Amino acid sequence: MEINTSNAIQDTLHQAKGDVGSDWIMHHILDSHQLDFAPFGSIQLPHLSLFGFDISITKHVVFLWIVAILLLITFKIAASAYKKSRIPHGFANFIEVLIVFVRDEIAKPTIGKGYEKFLPYLLTVFFFILFSNFIGLIPNGATVTSNISVTTTLAILSFIAVQAGGMMKNGVFGYFKGLIPSGVPAWLLPIMFIVEILGLFTKPFALAIRLFANMTAGHIVIFALIGLIFFMKTYFVAPVSVAFALFIYLLEILVALIQAYIFTMLSSLFIGMAVHQDH
Amino acid sequence: MDFAYLAAGFGAGLTVIGGAFGIGKLASSAMEASGRQPEAAGDIRTSMIIAAALIEGISLFALVICILLALK
Repeated sequence: MEINTSNAIQDTLHQAKGDVGSDWIMHHILDSHQLDFAPFGSIQLPHLSLFGFDISITKHVVFLWIVAILLLITFKIAASAYKKSRIPHGFANFIEVLIVFVRDEIAKPTIGKGYEKFLPYLLTVFFFILFSNFIGLIPNGATVTSNISVTTTLAILSFIAVQAGGMMKNGVFGYFKGLIPSGVPAWLLPIMFIVEILGLFTKPFALAIRLFANMTAGHIVIFALIGLIFFMKTYFVAPVSVAFALFIYLLEILVALIQAYIFTMLSSLFIGMAVHQDH
Repeated sequence: MDFAYLAAGFGAGLTVIGGAFGIGKLASSAMEASGRQPEAAGDIRTSMIIAAALIEGISLFALVICILLALK
């Protein structure tokens, strides 16, 4: 279900590139086979293919790698600062603030006992989404999380984490039995079971769409406002346009932070609900 | 006749009405609660931001459908 929807969304967005007016907006938001360094030029990226699957290196793939390398470097620096003393200074101190925030505000209240097992996954997801959202705000940067495939993958990973966590704690059969709350009359059980199984799938789907739509919508609004200048073909729109675009840009920074937090918090909430099913 | 653009516009407008109404109600009760108990203002602010992001998530589902309509 999620894969078909992601294909549908991608196909529609690619169809929009044929339209002249919104061509350049879509060019900046969608994945493409070239890296742009405006105004210097662009690098063409290779098309690769494996058994009929298109695994060419596109702009979003390059930025996925950039985010991954940035994460590795950041946490290597932060971790090596602990070798000198128990109390970190400088950059590692800042990273510790964020990690303690994820542990104390997101993981501990929602998962409760046994949260340490899920903390690495939650931290990874939080920092990956945070870094990729922020890199998308840099000019010439591409937002990796505005690609429905990437957010669907993150949602599938959260789904696997939830099911694995629930099944390891409660047993496979016990997990499915525990989905239905206690004290439910017997005639309601079939409906409850179907609803709960559907709920297992709609929750990660909502996670994926929420992150994708928030990131894409913000960028479309900024590009549409700046594009007003070109559409109206006059420079007098520029002050208004740029002022509004700046305001939306600042809002985008807030949304980048909030969406990373919401994704992580909902993931840990689902993990908590799956692991401690008696709540 | 091509009604896709019109439908997308109507859809986006209705979505914004619903979302703005929900978030407005949320913000008003958050302000009221902060006024009654200023010590809890930090917790209330955090919960308000979480709830606002979730409501906005729903309105963005509808926005995605409107964009799909307008572009097909």
